[in-house]
Amino acid sequence: MLRQRDNRLSAPWFFLACLFLLCALCVSARAVPSEQPQLNIAAASDLKFALTALASAFEKQSGAKLNLTFGSSGNFFAQIKNGAPFDLFFSADTEFPRRLDTAGLVVSNSTYEYAVGRLVLWVPPGSKIDLSKSGMNSLLDPSVQKIAIANPDHAPYGRAAAVALRSAGLYEKTKDKLVIGENISQAAQFAQSGNAQIGIIAMSLALSPPLRSGKYWEIPQRQYFPLIQSAVILKRCEQKDLAASFLRFVATPAGTKILEDFGFLKAQVSVDDRAPLKPY
Amino acid sequence: MTELFLSFRLAFFVTAILLVLATPLAYWLAFSKFRAKFLVEAVVALPLVLPPTVLGFYLLVAMGPRGPLGKLWLALFGHTLAFTFTGLVIASVLYSLPFCVQPLVASFERIDPKLLAASRVLGANSWRTFRTIVFPLSIPGVITALVLTFAHTIGEFGVVLMVGGNLLGATRTVSISIYDHVQSIEYAAANQLALILLAISFVLLALVYGLNRSVGVRWLSN
Repeated sequence: MLRQRDNRLSAPWFFLACLFLLCALCVSARAVPSEQPQLNIAAASDLKFALTALASAFEKQSGAKLNLTFGSSGNFFAQIKNGAPFDLFFSADTEFPRRLDTAGLVVSNSTYEYAVGRLVLWVPPGSKIDLSKSGMNSLLDPSVQKIAIANPDHAPYGRAAAVALRSAGLYEKTKDKLVIGENISQAAQFAQSGNAQIGIIAMSLALSPPLRSGKYWEIPQRQYFPLIQSAVILKRCEQKDLAASFLRFVATPAGTKILEDFGFLKAQVSVDDRAPLKPY
Repeated sequence: MTELFLSFRLAFFVTAILLVLATPLAYWLAFSKFRAKFLVEAVVALPLVLPPTVLGFYLLVAMGPRGPLGKLWLALFGHTLAFTFTGLVIASVLYSLPFCVQPLVASFERIDPKLLAASRVLGANSWRTFRTIVFPLSIPGVITALVLTFAHTIGEFGVVLMVGGNLLGATRTVSISIYDHVQSIEYAAANQLALILLAISFVLLALVYGLNRSVGVRWLSN
């Protein structure tokens, strides 16, 4: 009887052994650390495509490896305050970096205002809504059941969208139709997938490959606060020279060109104020 | 692919740690006559019903620089636990605990008490009884526990999202990566990983059900 049981069990043991081997492989595959210098970068999700392009250009030039993580600026702010191991933080505003600076987590004089973001209305291809004719009132179109925005509580583009809605006097009329993305990229995804008929998103995303086929209309900038975006080097960064040289790369004409291709405007600061131009 | 390897690595560590921690706990739960045992059972089962955000939130606070676990770790190793692979392992051990303990308890409880009594009468101590009677008779349950723990850890999302911080090579697991890809409208990449996960989950469950048809997974279906 016991012998029988032993035979029956050989298959699961074989399976477990395979699983164990597979895992051992995974574990050992990670055991050799890479010699390549690396930077962990937290970036606002409006930068998803622009920063990916900037990073791969920089990687080619410097041989460094940039690990990009995208999310809402407010989430990153909270994570960095709780000790998240990021080297650089590209926020979608200037407020979160400033507060990190106040908290003593930022390398002094490393703040760099890299761009000004723009807010657009976006509809998927084939939408009957005529954005250029109706402007903000497109949001009241009868075909609109859901409006995608980013979370106003912790995403700067969401906050700007809420301000734009209020200043157009549309907030009360549309508030029951708002669906909240965790960050601006998720809001764009809600609209792109057709689950929301219109989205208030970043122009940088409207110009990105997956959304390019839709239509967008820029919300006049006076209807919300300027979306000045700044980046900072965090104190826990162990390769401050590399981080600074990436920020300098973003400030070069080639870097600025990539940002402009994705609809970002230049921040209104003189070149001298554009820290950090000198190495540490 | 880094994400997939990371998930496997995480699941491997969690399963190994839980096997060591959950076996004595399950043994105690199965055989103890302690009156307030039901309270311990409830605590062990908590991760089954708790929203991952609740566990994630408390773990994030506990692992942060002001939390007890974070403080301890900071003193010992010079960094906090949140947003590290070790932090993920700890979080997943807690979150997957019932998936390891419950199948073990179920199979320990099914052992004929006469066998245990005979073992004691013949002079075996409880360790020897465990080694020679309880464990060999519970192997289907052990396999169920291991496979479910492994599969559940691979598929974990909410807790990892809250305590992980989505760092490539450290805390970006495959399920987080899928979420990322969907958000970034990279459906092809999301689909690729999602299909792999679907296949892994199906194969693992099919193996559990197929190999342990008689005993191992009864607790899953009741």
